[in-house]
Amino acid sequence: MKHLLILGGGTAGTMMANKLAPVLNAREWQVTIVDNTEEHYYQPGFLFVPFGGYRLQDIVKPRRQYLPAGVKLVVSSIDHIEADKNKVVLGDQSILPYDYLIIATGADIHPEQTEGLVDDEWGKTKFDFYTPRGAELLAQFLKGWQGGKLVVNPIEMPIKCPVAPLEFLFLADAYFTERGIRDKVELNLVTPLSGAFTKPKASQILGDLLGRKRINVTPDFGLARVDSKEKKLVGWDDTEVGYDLLVSVPTNMGDPCIGRSGLGDELNYVATDKQTLLAKGLENVFVIGDATNLPSSKAGSVVHFQSEILFENFLEHIDKRPMPARFDGHTNCFIESGFGKGLLIDFNYETEPLPGEFPLPGVGPFSLLQESSMNHYGKLMFRWVYWNVLLRGLELPIGSAMSMAGKRV
Amino acid sequence: MATVTILGKELAVDADGNLANLSDWNEDIAREMAAQDGIPNLTSQHWAILNYMRKVFEKEGSAPSIRRLTKESGVDTKTLYQLFPKGPAKRAAKIAGLPKPVGCI
Repeated sequence: MKHLLILGGGTAGTMMANKLAPVLNAREWQVTIVDNTEEHYYQPGFLFVPFGGYRLQDIVKPRRQYLPAGVKLVVSSIDHIEADKNKVVLGDQSILPYDYLIIATGADIHPEQTEGLVDDEWGKTKFDFYTPRGAELLAQFLKGWQGGKLVVNPIEMPIKCPVAPLEFLFLADAYFTERGIRDKVELNLVTPLSGAFTKPKASQILGDLLGRKRINVTPDFGLARVDSKEKKLVGWDDTEVGYDLLVSVPTNMGDPCIGRSGLGDELNYVATDKQTLLAKGLENVFVIGDATNLPSSKAGSVVHFQSEILFENFLEHIDKRPMPARFDGHTNCFIESGFGKGLLIDFNYETEPLPGEFPLPGVGPFSLLQESSMNHYGKLMFRWVYWNVLLRGLELPIGSAMSMAGKRV
Repeated sequence: MATVTILGKELAVDADGNLANLSDWNEDIAREMAAQDGIPNLTSQHWAILNYMRKVFEKEGSAPSIRRLTKESGVDTKTLYQLFPKGPAKRAAKIAGLPKPVGCI
């Protein structure tokens, strides 16, 4: 019996189990997936929780329900991987051997990495919206808030869903407008980037949109510490930004078990071949999704495109044939912009997000880098697509390789 | 592809304004780019960072993040911000003739 071990039962791990289990001969292969919780959260849904768009129960399902029959789920923490011995040591020191390993341990927020962020005010005047608890506490707070200076601060790149801080601000603009207190709220993006987004053309277009919605941007801000008493962010260059309400996107890091295994970089991300998705220097370990160190966005759509590449490569690689598929960094993200509208960006390693149209057979076209209701419906529809199509490992009518069709250069 | 003129030479740059060809870079170009970017004098401390970044890039194909700079260059974050204000990793990468660090995605 050969063992395929998948670490992490989130978007990436679940998709790979669903794709591979049905095609691997069940008499030859045992597929096992390890995760430390029973609950699977639809992470894009966290964004809507603070504004009452979703409640937590709307975006969580039992992990097991999305795994195919025959796949064993082990609910446990992971202590470390011993890649030279082809085994994984779990939290209780029990051992899972493997022939092939897929690392899909994701990324999570680490507020403790920043001085002064986690203290008595964490969850009272300082929040995150990347965890169920954080999003829920923020929802409770916002309901009673009568206005003031709201600062959204991604601390350090890369972060999961790099457009989420912008979406949060767009949705906040709509939320406070609908509550009739928009003129009592000052909305601010304080970012380490030089503009609204990471790529030049999208940064300019999204920056204009922030301006039209009266959202201030403080670029190039490197946060050294948070002073809760004075309610201010203090930069490495001693510049200060005050706040009444801080919505922080803390430093994102890969799973600590990656660090303990000696497989991680300074943020516990695994060095991964950007085209084949094989872990660098390891012949029987693949890496997918937020756990990789790839220069692509940490987002569900990326995982979807990578899953097709990994699937093709895995089946050839186990039979010692050359790996045929090459990941091109394809990313495709809906950006909620408030008031029932949204934008769409589509890009890869080489091509930055461009304006134009995104053709989608049977549904589209969606407009690229331009607000439309269609994009908003795309985003809302995506929750259904996530649970019923994406996680099941089924095909979507969007190719894993980016297409230039419809894009204006 | 866009170009910039530095010391009378027309050099290709990428979408972020960083040099497109590593081979176009030399120390004079670096001094001139730094000056244009508001850093009139490159001290030995600046050069230590720039050389470290180029070494990492040569070996790994990407420029290191600010977190890694702090961890491995022996210069703390506060000093890095004094040397290369408003984003040490991306500014130092630019002056070192490298593409923007991949953390910036």
